[in-house]
Amino acid sequence: MVTASSASIASTALTASTASAASTESTPSTVSAAFTDAGRARQIASTVPDPELPMLTLADLGVLRDVEVGADGTVVATLTPTYSGCPAMAEMRAAVAARLSDAGYARVEIRTLLDPPWTTDWISPEGRRKLAEHGIAPPGPAPRPAPGPVPLVLSPTRREVACPLCGSADTEETSRFGATSCKALWRCRACREPFEYVKEI
Amino acid sequence: MSDDHVYMTLAEGHDDSDARWAFGTGFEDPLHGVDTTVPAGVDREDLAALCLALGDDALVSAQRLAEWTTRAPELEEEVALANIGLDLLGQARLLYARCGQADGTGRGEDAYAYFRDPDDFRNVRLAELPNGDFAFSVVRLLVLSSWRLAHFERLTRDPDPVLAAVAAKGVKELAYHRQWAAEWAVRLGDGTEESRRRTQAALGQVAPYLGELFSAFDVRDEVVAVLGQVTEAAGLSMPAWQPLPGRGREGRHTEHLAPLLAELQSVARAHPGATW
Repeated sequence: MVTASSASIASTALTASTASAASTESTPSTVSAAFTDAGRARQIASTVPDPELPMLTLADLGVLRDVEVGADGTVVATLTPTYSGCPAMAEMRAAVAARLSDAGYARVEIRTLLDPPWTTDWISPEGRRKLAEHGIAPPGPAPRPAPGPVPLVLSPTRREVACPLCGSADTEETSRFGATSCKALWRCRACREPFEYVKEI
Repeated sequence: MSDDHVYMTLAEGHDDSDARWAFGTGFEDPLHGVDTTVPAGVDREDLAALCLALGDDALVSAQRLAEWTTRAPELEEEVALANIGLDLLGQARLLYARCGQADGTGRGEDAYAYFRDPDDFRNVRLAELPNGDFAFSVVRLLVLSSWRLAHFERLTRDPDPVLAAVAAKGVKELAYHRQWAAEWAVRLGDGTEESRRRTQAALGQVAPYLGELFSAFDVRDEVVAVLGQVTEAAGLSMPAWQPLPGRGREGRHTEHLAPLLAELQSVARAHPGATW
């Protein structure tokens, strides 16, 4: 569970407009019910797919940081955006809110946690498996530069990226930027196929 | 403006497993759901001015980078330039949103991007110069990304937690931007006679604008060291420079900013408040 930092406290409550969906659901009224309800809410929020990598859920990607249910039944889901320019952030928030309200939660609040910034290290083992299954090479460990000026390395850096299609390690980068912010373009010299690679950040 | 319900309607129109999204205008506040309290002891005016200047650098740079779309020498580099511009546009949105909270006006990002005139922009002039050839765009990006990275790295320790968080995210992105530009600068400088000539010429063209970058922030030594590292690896030489008078940070711009903004702002000004 992520501890809310000073930058995470929500200022805006988003009250779902589709409370009618709650009619078939029972509203938790006891403390123990509320406790198990947090697990259920988390499970529901965890099923929302990422708009740009739809084979992954927001939980697989590490974008969904936390889901809690307050004493008054309000579900609070916390998201961390991947890249500053990610155009899908608004859609992610709305999708998580919609999925929870469809599941019967009348009050849903979405918080954005900017700090600590998202890292590919948060992609779950399940997420990495799904990426590889879909022909996208999963990221290696993200660099953790020491505090202070970020050094520029100009010598060729050897990264081992196995081809997700044939498994060969004989691969090369064609571009560090791809169709989405989070991916680089690579090709395999063994099977000759191009593939995408989720670059470490 | 809250338009969450618009997206909710889109997502609700489908079965659970089949939800898809549409991208359009009317993006909500990029700082939605973030605690936006300005801590006691932070000077609101200074914070707003800093966010505005850094936001303007990013917006103007993003617009110039976007101009490369359909014109870059290779498809991969076009994708790279567009991606870098998208990161910067995202940084601009966050910084404008923070500016509107700090200056007390509560203005949203559109007010800053679309409804200010050239004299109100506070970007450095290097960002607004026309793209020139590929060598100039590479060298300009090398300078601006090295400078912004050094500055953002310091801002990760800013007393304003929102600006510090935006900077921490930006540092990771800017390191990729600088890497791309540095590798291209070395490739061009160490390439053909023509690519070397053009890259050396580009260094001469950006040099007069360096003084403006270093006047406000204590990052000069770090940036000069990075530029020295790249030019040495590229077999190029960093020319001596005389800073040009005037500063973009004071609203004094070249003749190139107004046409850039005219294009950027024309639709928003012709149809204020329009969404699609």
